[in-house]
Amino acid sequence: MQLPYQDSPVLQLIFGRLSPAALPLHEPILVATFVAVAIGGIAMLAAVTRYQLWGYLWREWITTIDHKRIGIMYMILGIVMLLRGFADAIMMRLQQAIAFGGSEGYLNAHHYDQIFTAHGVIMIFFVAMPLVTGLMNYIVPLQIGARDVAFPFLNNFSFWMTTAGAVLVMFSLFVGEFARTGWLAYPPLSGIQYSPDVGVDYYIWALQIAGVGTLLSGVNLLATIIKMRAPGMTLMKMPVFTWTSLCTNVLIVAAFPVLTAVLVLLSLDRYVGTNFFTNDFGGNPMMYVNLIWIWGHPEVYILILPLFGVFSEVTSTFCGKKLFGYSSMVYATVVITILSYIVWLHHFFTMGSGASVNSFFGITTMIISIPTGAKIFNWLFTMYRGRIRFELPMMWTVAFMLTFVIGGMTGVLLAVPPADFVLHNSLFLIAHFHNVIIGGVLFGLFAGINYWFPKAFGYKLDVFWGKVSFWFWVVGFWVAFMPLYVLGLMGVTRRMRYFEDPSLQIWFQIAALGAFLIAIGIGAMLIQFYVSFRKRHELRDTTGDPWDGRTLEWATSSPPPAYNFAFTPIIHDGDAWWDMKQRGYQRPLSGFKAILMPRNTGAGFILAALSTVFGFAMVWYIWWLAALSFVGIVGYAIYHTFNYDRDYHLPREEVIRAEEERTQLLAAAARS
Amino acid sequence: MGHALTAEQAAARTLFHVVDEHDHEAGGSTLLGFWIYLMSDCLIFAVLFACYGVLGGNYAAGPGPKDLFDLSLVAVNTSMLLLSSITYGFAMLASYRKQVAATQFWLAVTGLFGAAFLGIELYEFAHMIHVGATPQRSAFLSAFFTLVGTHGLHVTFGIVWLITLMVQIGKQGLNKANARRLACLSLFWHFLDVIWIGVFTFVYLMGMLR
Repeated sequence: MQLPYQDSPVLQLIFGRLSPAALPLHEPILVATFVAVAIGGIAMLAAVTRYQLWGYLWREWITTIDHKRIGIMYMILGIVMLLRGFADAIMMRLQQAIAFGGSEGYLNAHHYDQIFTAHGVIMIFFVAMPLVTGLMNYIVPLQIGARDVAFPFLNNFSFWMTTAGAVLVMFSLFVGEFARTGWLAYPPLSGIQYSPDVGVDYYIWALQIAGVGTLLSGVNLLATIIKMRAPGMTLMKMPVFTWTSLCTNVLIVAAFPVLTAVLVLLSLDRYVGTNFFTNDFGGNPMMYVNLIWIWGHPEVYILILPLFGVFSEVTSTFCGKKLFGYSSMVYATVVITILSYIVWLHHFFTMGSGASVNSFFGITTMIISIPTGAKIFNWLFTMYRGRIRFELPMMWTVAFMLTFVIGGMTGVLLAVPPADFVLHNSLFLIAHFHNVIIGGVLFGLFAGINYWFPKAFGYKLDVFWGKVSFWFWVVGFWVAFMPLYVLGLMGVTRRMRYFEDPSLQIWFQIAALGAFLIAIGIGAMLIQFYVSFRKRHELRDTTGDPWDGRTLEWATSSPPPAYNFAFTPIIHDGDAWWDMKQRGYQRPLSGFKAILMPRNTGAGFILAALSTVFGFAMVWYIWWLAALSFVGIVGYAIYHTFNYDRDYHLPREEVIRAEEERTQLLAAAARS
Repeated sequence: MGHALTAEQAAARTLFHVVDEHDHEAGGSTLLGFWIYLMSDCLIFAVLFACYGVLGGNYAAGPGPKDLFDLSLVAVNTSMLLLSSITYGFAMLASYRKQVAATQFWLAVTGLFGAAFLGIELYEFAHMIHVGATPQRSAFLSAFFTLVGTHGLHVTFGIVWLITLMVQIGKQGLNKANARRLACLSLFWHFLDVIWIGVFTFVYLMGMLR
């Protein structure tokens, strides 16, 4: 749809390439979605206004520098984006289940290609990453006995930058389009010649802005773990979750700059006309593929390592035992951290690097399964002769072990270069990485959410709906992805919208059934949250230690006070809280002091909002707005540095009041 | 070592929290955090160096390093940046002695050297573009302009930061926060020097040998 006034140079100056044609009015699915989102959004804004929550939201949440609240906001972002990413998934499953024979399905190629790209980007960057970062943010300072992270303001800024990236991706749904390149946007397809539209630009700017947040939160947590551990907590006395978080943040700091750099180079190719990844003038697209996987492979370990930590905590707690082989677990984690850097080429054995290069990367890939296998045995031996309590977190952990081992084995299979030549880009690969990401990362997140929810909110999650969710998720996963292994072995490639061979259809139909089972699992999880909230008085935990935990986060109240610990704990043992309980630790009831706390600030939110505007302006070539918002970002950042008054003393009376409240709760719990 | 604990050890073991606790001042981790950030920045340069290494020979029948680089100009440029690092060191020394005016003076000298460096670099870029060696001309030139330009962009931000800090030192004196910021900028500034040594060697000197 070309409108006559678009040729006007004045309008182009003002709006860049943004025009009414950018609104996808010709896509009924998108129009319906937009209407639904608009109605929902207006209803939400109206509710916030009706109950006068704006001030509360701004003061208590948006500007908060409390790592716990930021952690919760990360989790909410991740769960909201999970719904979007899953909507994409189920649309693909439906399309592939019906697009056989004469039927073209219900999605055109233009739309379908955007959906599989958006699905991958959202699930990795805006679901898995926020959920993992959220858990680390909430738990790590508590586990090491700290009052907050090293840089509380930066933490708030990081969160809002991640959200800004997510907002840009959501924008692309209704204004313009998203990339049609697959989630890693390989050139030359993602170059300006083959993707002249705004899709790849949305992709680039969403990831760049969110990437700033991720990198800074990595720096932040790294400094926190290195510098802020409670006295007595040597490295080899850190809880395993903190260890895996440390390694993950090392990976973040050492991998995300590569993504930033490679996306800058792609942007230069698209915006300036340089020749890094073009086919002519000496450019080399293979360079892009190498670089993006030098980020991309560590990225999958960034996602899984913290969840290995969660499984370790959960297994140890619910078996009532010290973790079997703590030091081997730590070394395995560190070895995985290092090895994850020298396996990237296994993502493109077929590119033609030659037999020796492929052998090297094939072997390193196979080696990485050894420390991972060691971890599985550590968990199994922790369970062996333990008094296992099959609470929800433990159920997810067992499901993880059964599922992840299969995913790991198909991974080792793909690590063999000759086998990979057959299976490359097939649905076997798709099944493999969903097997490890859903079976590992997501199951781990669900274990973590069910485990730490009572810490964050003071009441347990409802068990019945938790079990419903568990069984639908686990069974749904197996039904959805086992057919893809079969199809992959038959040679069906990924990212296909239409199939000729009717004999394949049954497998896609089974996979679609699996996706619907997962949908019920997600629904049950949302119901679980709602029901638990309604039954919160029944499910209340007043002790702060509902699972008979072992690490420091259980030493404080649920939810913990803003300052976490009235007195910094001293650690004598790896399972610090367990040790304290065993030796009759008495909670101090007097001698409280005022506590120095960082002050809330809106700077992070404002900078991220300006960055969103900047990204949007760059996507649409609205140069004046881009320049203006860029100057705004730099100017506001400088202005913020002129504020030297960033701390305040939480008065002693406040601390006494909070601690007195906890004393009474504990006394009441002891009576009942 | 026997199993029995001395009385002192036993007493220490029963202590589960810090009794006489002081404020946890903000900023204790800033230098470490900034150092970690610099290492991540270093990786960005590593990628750009890698790109230059792979693409640096792809002239696409266009001009190469020997046609474009003027080593004596680059030598002057390099000396500007190295001198600016020395003068930043003088600023740090003055700040340790709590001399506000001297600190600001040496910061200003550092900034001027930095600006001279940028000026010469821009002159070099303008000259190359003038003779048709634009970033679009070949992959070699894309990689060259991006690597050298990214370094220049860092120097530009360094100068903006430096000016901001001069104002802040003027307003607030050399308090704890400003001393910390000065130390961070010092790390940043010397880091850019180190990167430039890499650029000078890898791009210019080795380019002339290519």
